[in-house]
Amino acid sequence: MENLNKTPILSLKKLCVSYTPGKFAVNNVSADIYEGLITSVMGPSGCGKSTLIRAINRMHELYPDIRISGNIELKGRDLLHINPSEVRRMAGMVFQRPNPFPTMSIYDNVLAGYKLIGIKQSRHEKDELVESSLKSVGLWDEVKDGLSKRGSFLSGGQQQRLCIARALALKPDILLMDEPTSALDPIATNLIEELLVKLKKEVTIVIVTHNMTQAARISDYSMFMYLGELVEYDRTEIMFTNPSDKRTEEYLTGKFG
Amino acid sequence: MSDKIFRSLLLVSALILLLIFAGMFFSLSKGAVPAFREFGFFGFIFSDKWISGTGQSTEQYGALAFIAGTLMTSILALLICLPFSLPVAFFVGEYFRGKKVAGVLGGIVDLLAGIPSIVYGLWGFYALRPLIQSLGLSEQGFGVLTSSLVLAIMIIPYAASLSAEFIRMVPQELKEGAYSLGATRAEVIRNIIFPTSFSGIFSAYVLALGRAIGETMAVTMLIGNTSRIPRGLMDTGNTMASIIANQFGEADGLKLSSLIAIGLLLFLITAIVNFLGRLMIKRHSV
Amino acid sequence: MSSLKYRLFKNKLLTLSVVIFSALTAVPLVLIIGKVFLKGWRQINWDFFTKTTPTTLDALLAINNNQPIPGGIANGIVGTLMMVLVASVIAIPLGVMCGIYLSENRKTKFSTVVRFLTDLLQGTPSIILGIIAYLWVVIPLKGYSALAGSVALAIMMLPLIVRSTEETMNLLPASLKEAGLALGSPYRSVVLKVLLPSAFGGVFTGILLAVSRVIGETAPLMLTALGATTIQWDITKPASAVSLLIWEFYNDPNLQSMIWSASLFLLLLVLSLNILAKQLAKKWRI
Repeated sequence: MENLNKTPILSLKKLCVSYTPGKFAVNNVSADIYEGLITSVMGPSGCGKSTLIRAINRMHELYPDIRISGNIELKGRDLLHINPSEVRRMAGMVFQRPNPFPTMSIYDNVLAGYKLIGIKQSRHEKDELVESSLKSVGLWDEVKDGLSKRGSFLSGGQQQRLCIARALALKPDILLMDEPTSALDPIATNLIEELLVKLKKEVTIVIVTHNMTQAARISDYSMFMYLGELVEYDRTEIMFTNPSDKRTEEYLTGKFG
Repeated sequence: MSDKIFRSLLLVSALILLLIFAGMFFSLSKGAVPAFREFGFFGFIFSDKWISGTGQSTEQYGALAFIAGTLMTSILALLICLPFSLPVAFFVGEYFRGKKVAGVLGGIVDLLAGIPSIVYGLWGFYALRPLIQSLGLSEQGFGVLTSSLVLAIMIIPYAASLSAEFIRMVPQELKEGAYSLGATRAEVIRNIIFPTSFSGIFSAYVLALGRAIGETMAVTMLIGNTSRIPRGLMDTGNTMASIIANQFGEADGLKLSSLIAIGLLLFLITAIVNFLGRLMIKRHSV
Repeated sequence: MSSLKYRLFKNKLLTLSVVIFSALTAVPLVLIIGKVFLKGWRQINWDFFTKTTPTTLDALLAINNNQPIPGGIANGIVGTLMMVLVASVIAIPLGVMCGIYLSENRKTKFSTVVRFLTDLLQGTPSIILGIIAYLWVVIPLKGYSALAGSVALAIMMLPLIVRSTEETMNLLPASLKEAGLALGSPYRSVVLKVLLPSAFGGVFTGILLAVSRVIGETAPLMLTALGATTIQWDITKPASAVSLLIWEFYNDPNLQSMIWSASLFLLLLVLSLNILAKQLAKKWRI
C-alpha cells in the first residue's frame, strides 16, 4: 500500500446535528480529513452522511430548526464561529442535481461566486479565471465557443462539471460533494470520477456517495456512517478488504442499505 | 339520459361560456355604433370633449379625458402599491415561507381583496380625503392622487399573492447553490430569486394593473367627477369606469351610445391587459 | 466596496425593510375595519334588519327631534340575497359543467380557448357586466329588475366557479375515473357520482368565494337593479341591495348616519364568507 499524506486539513470534533431536539442526525462524530485526498462518506440513506457534510459549510443554517454542536476546524479556523458566508467560500459544495443558474450565461455561472457578492474584477482577470476553471473540469473545449449561452442548455453531465468549475473558481480549501453523480448517466459519471481523481491535486475532496463501487474506485479514505454515527473511518482499501466493524461488513456485502 | 346527451350538455356549457364572451363583445360594439358613426372611431377616442348639451346640436362626446384619467390613476396606483406588495411577496414567499406569521400576513392581505369596493370608497371619502385636505395637498381632497392611493391598497393583494407564488416556485437547489458560494440572503434574492421569478412577478403586476383599470365604485366616489383630462395628480377627473357609473343612469340616445362605446374600449383594454398577463404567466411556467 | 461587514449590513437592512413594509401593508385593513366598526355598530339593532329604509323626510324629522333615524336595510338584505340566489342558480350548474368539460378535455384547442376566455372574463370590470345585463335584460324587459342584476352577478361568478371546478377535478387521481369506468358504469354516473362528489370540497369553496366576491358589488347593480324602497320579491321588478343602499345613503345627507351600519353589515357578511371559504379549503386540504 502506498504511503498517503496524513496532514489533516479539516477536523471534526464531537460533531452533533439534530433536526428535532434530542434526536441526532449526526451523533458525536470526530474525524480528521487529510489534505489532497479524496474521502468518501458512505452509508444507507438516512444515516446522516449528507447532514454531515452540509454541517461543514453550514448549509443547515438556512433551516433554522437545526441545531449543531461540537467543533469543526478547517486549516485551523473554527468554522462554527466565523460568518457562514466566509465559511462557504472556503468550503465549496456540489449538489446532487446540477444547479447552474438559469438566468446566467456559462461565463457568468463560473464567476457566480464573485458576481453574487459584488466583487468587481477586470475583464482580463475574469477571462483567465473562467478559462482555467473550465479547463480544470475539462469543459473548456466543449463550451469555449458558446460561453454566452445559458448554462441550462448543457447536458446533465456538463452542467454538473460547470457547477464544479463554479465552486473551484473560488479556490476553496475543500470541496464538499453531495452525491454529485446520482442524477447522471454512467458515461457522465465516469467522466466526473476521472476528473475528481485529477482534481485532488488542487483541492481536498469529501464526497458523499451511496455507490460503494464509486467510493472504492476513487477515494483514498472512506467513512461508513450508520444511524448518525461514524462507524468506521479508514483507508479505502482496508475498509473494503478488511472492515473492522460488523455493520460495515454487512453494508459492504449488501446485507442492508 | 344517455352518455351522449350528457357529453353534449358539457360541451354546450363550454360553448355558452364562449358565446357569453362573444356576445358581450358583439352587444357592446352594436351599442357603440351610433357614437362611432357620429364622431368616427378615432375621432371618438381622441376627443377630450364631453359636452352633454340639451339640444342635439351641442352634444359632443369623446373618450380621451377618461382614457387619460384611467391611465393616470391606475399607473400611479401600481407605483404606489409596488413598495408594499413586493415586500409582502418576499415576506410570504421567501423570508417566512411556510411559517405561521407568513400565513397570518397572507391572510390579512387576502382580506383586503375581500373588502367591497364601495366600502373602500367610503373609507377614502371619510378618512383619506380629510387627511389629504389637512396636508394641504388639495382643497377638496378629491382627485387622481386620492383615487390612486385607495386603488393601490385595493390591488396590493392581487399583486402580492401572485408574486409570492412565483417567488415560492424558485427551486430550492438554485438558492442553495448561491448560498454555497457565500452569498447572503439579500444577494440571493437580488441575483437569483428576483431574476428567476421576474417574468412571473411582472405578469402579476400586469394583472393587478388590469384590476386597477376596471375598478369602479371607489374611484367614482373619490376622483371628483370632472369630464376633462386631469392636469396633475391633485386635479379631479373621471376614469372610463367612473364616467359610466356616474352618467349611465340618466343617459339616453347618443350619450348612452357614447357610454357604451367607452364600455367597449374599457372591455378591450382590460381584455388585452389580462391577455398579456396570462400569456406571460404561461410563458413563465414553461 | 464589498467587505463582509458591509454586505451583512445590507442583508440586515433588506430584511428589516421587508418586515417593516409588510407590516405597514396590514395597517389599512385595520384602519378600514376599525373605522367601519366604530362608526357603525351603534345603529345595528333589530329594526335595522327588519325595517325598510326610511324616506329622506322621515330621517329629517327624526334628526330634527334628536331621535335615532327609524328603519333599517331589510329591503337591501332581501334584494341582495335574492339576486345572489338567482345568480347562483344560473351560474353554478353552468359553471360546474363547464369546469368538468375543461377538466375532461384538457388538451384540445377548444378547451384552451374557453379557458383563456374564462380568465379574461374574470378580469372584466364589473361595470361592463352591468352594461351587458342592461343591454341583455333591462332593454328587452323594458325596465330595471332584480333579474338583470342577477344576470350581471351570474356572469361575474361564472369564471370563478369554472376554474375552481376544473382545478379540483384535475387534482383527482386518474385511477378514480378508471376504476369507475372499469366497473362498467356509464360515463355520466362516473362523473356525477364519483368524480363530482370527490371534488365537492373544492367546488363548494369556489362557489363560496364567488358569492363573497359578488355580494358586495355595487356598480353593476346601479345599472340593472336600480334600487327600491320596499321589500320586493318579484324578480322582474327593480330591487334594492345592501350595497345599493350604501350608495343611496352616501348621496343623501339626511341618511348618512346609516352608511356605516350598512357598511359594517356588508363587510362582516363578505369577510366571514371569505374566511369560511378559506377555512373550509384548509380543512379539506384543497
